[in-house]
Amino acid sequence: MPFSLLKYGLSNDYPFEKDADLPAPTELKRHYDVVIIGGGGHGVATAYYLAKYHGMTNVAILEKGYLGGGNTARNTAVIRSNYLTSEGVKFYKQSVDMFQGLSNEFDFNIMYSSRGQLTLAHTDATVRSFRQRTEVNKHFGGRTELIDPQQIKELVPTLNMNPADMPILAGLWHIDGATARHDAVAWGYAKGATQRGVELHQLTEVTGVTVEQGKVTGVTTNRGAVSCGCVVQAVAGHSSLVASMAGIRMPITTYPLQAMVTQPVKPFLDPLVSSSALHCYVQQTGRGEIVFGGGSDPYPLYNTRSTLDLKESLLASAVEMFPFMANLKLMRQWAGITDMTSDYSPIMGLSPIKNYYLDAGWGTWGFKSTPICGKTMAELVASGGKVPELIAPFSMDRFDVFRQVNEMGATAASH
Amino acid sequence: MKLMTCPLNGPRNISEFVYGGEVKAMPNHKTCSDKEWADYVFYADNTIKIIQEWWFHSPSGYWFIAERHTASDEILRTFDPSELYQERIDFGHEEGVKGGVV
Ligand SMILES: Cc1cc2nc3c(=O)[nH]c(=O)nc-3n(C[C@H](O)[C@H](O)[C@H](O)COP(=O)(O)OP(=O)(O)OC[C@H]3O[C@@H](n4cnc5c(N)ncnc54)[C@H](O)[C@@H]3O)c2cc1C
Repeated sequence: MPFSLLKYGLSNDYPFEKDADLPAPTELKRHYDVVIIGGGGHGVATAYYLAKYHGMTNVAILEKGYLGGGNTARNTAVIRSNYLTSEGVKFYKQSVDMFQGLSNEFDFNIMYSSRGQLTLAHTDATVRSFRQRTEVNKHFGGRTELIDPQQIKELVPTLNMNPADMPILAGLWHIDGATARHDAVAWGYAKGATQRGVELHQLTEVTGVTVEQGKVTGVTTNRGAVSCGCVVQAVAGHSSLVASMAGIRMPITTYPLQAMVTQPVKPFLDPLVSSSALHCYVQQTGRGEIVFGGGSDPYPLYNTRSTLDLKESLLASAVEMFPFMANLKLMRQWAGITDMTSDYSPIMGLSPIKNYYLDAGWGTWGFKSTPICGKTMAELVASGGKVPELIAPFSMDRFDVFRQVNEMGATAASH
Repeated sequence: MKLMTCPLNGPRNISEFVYGGEVKAMPNHKTCSDKEWADYVFYADNTIKIIQEWWFHSPSGYWFIAERHTASDEILRTFDPSELYQERIDFGHEEGVKGGVV
């Protein structure tokens, strides 16, 4: 046994404590300027930018489980900006741009991998919508092209060009499409935020929200009550439940979303590929495993169980796209609960309660927006409630005036 | 495989059924405010509890109501809508809504 190991074994002074990525847990203070409910990517990114750009560090992130253990740990990490509406494309484009610099910024490898994302069209109607998406994307500086079957074959030689007897007519080739290690994104933000003085409290569940005269003044938790100047709610699948503690009713329904992964194989698939008709997307990780997923479960539920039904239908589609996958073994299947809005766009900004800010409605598409959400939510908080222009279209009251931002077609087949 | 008991056809694979949304009262679209209509169309309690919801048995084209727990996914009861709705609801644009809206 090396001598140094023996030495540390016998002393209380462990070498890694002072270099640890996250500080040791502390008691809750009585007051914070900002309380962030939810220690997923969105919550910690908001804290990070509050500290970094606005010098606000009297901030507590309250997380009922562990850092990044919610949907941040469950998503399939598709990063893209090829949406349909100008509001959406503009917003997601900035997020993709920010993602590209994160490893450097954190000095921590988030394994950002820019492989491009390909969506397949099997009908004329889909080809038409792809044309529109191509043009909107180019307009806002994204790299997206409509490509023909020959180009698709060259990009993905192993793809069946006639899956389930639905010939592939064209592809939406999004060159900026990428993936990254989702856990690392949460860890990088958490490390940067806590180094600047933000407190991260894991195993700390918010059980109540104190509202006085229409204004939030504090929260209660399983570890006692704290008062605060404002609250940011970033709890994804639990959005309606937490909002109801503040007396807020939301235009959200919670559905499970499942995904699965096979045993690793040799690299064969560079781009992320999704089929608009089969509702299935397939991608190969840096470790060689094939990750695939599809649409949400067919009915609402607060439960992260996996189902045989989904396994059967999704596997059938995946094997249609890549027939050789029939010989592979599945390694894992899992689910997250997703906060779905009816227009497949998020809910960001003000709420009916003063100083209570919402970052919700992220459904099946919110990992890619983590950086820009953090940045814009931090701006919102630091300015005392001045809504940044970029997120103004996503205010909750858009539903009251029927001004939805419809991204359903650009979201349902690939997240 | 999860089973659901159709009041008409007995226990069937859940994949034969289509979810039709929560059973809730519809405001009169002719007289209600925009906010009331938005509330009906978009907003939901979306909490953890037993809810009543519409389900459709697709092979037989039959609508019914189920009571289901939104976290355990346990289906407690399924029944014919006539238990709640005694008369036909007219959604006609001319007369507005009438009938047994719960
Ligand atoms: C299977 C699957 C695949 C997906 N694929 C993609 C994809 O490819 N691309 C993409 O962009 N998006 C994808 N998403 C969506 C994405 O994962 C989410 O939108 C995103 O992770 C939301 O981040 P968040 O930080 O807001 O939420 P989360 O990471 O869920 O964090 C919320 C946190 O709040 C905590 N919390 C809840 N209630 C309380 C409380 N009362 N008190 C304290 N803490 C509380 C939870 O424990 C949780 O850790 C996918 C989701 C799933 C489930």
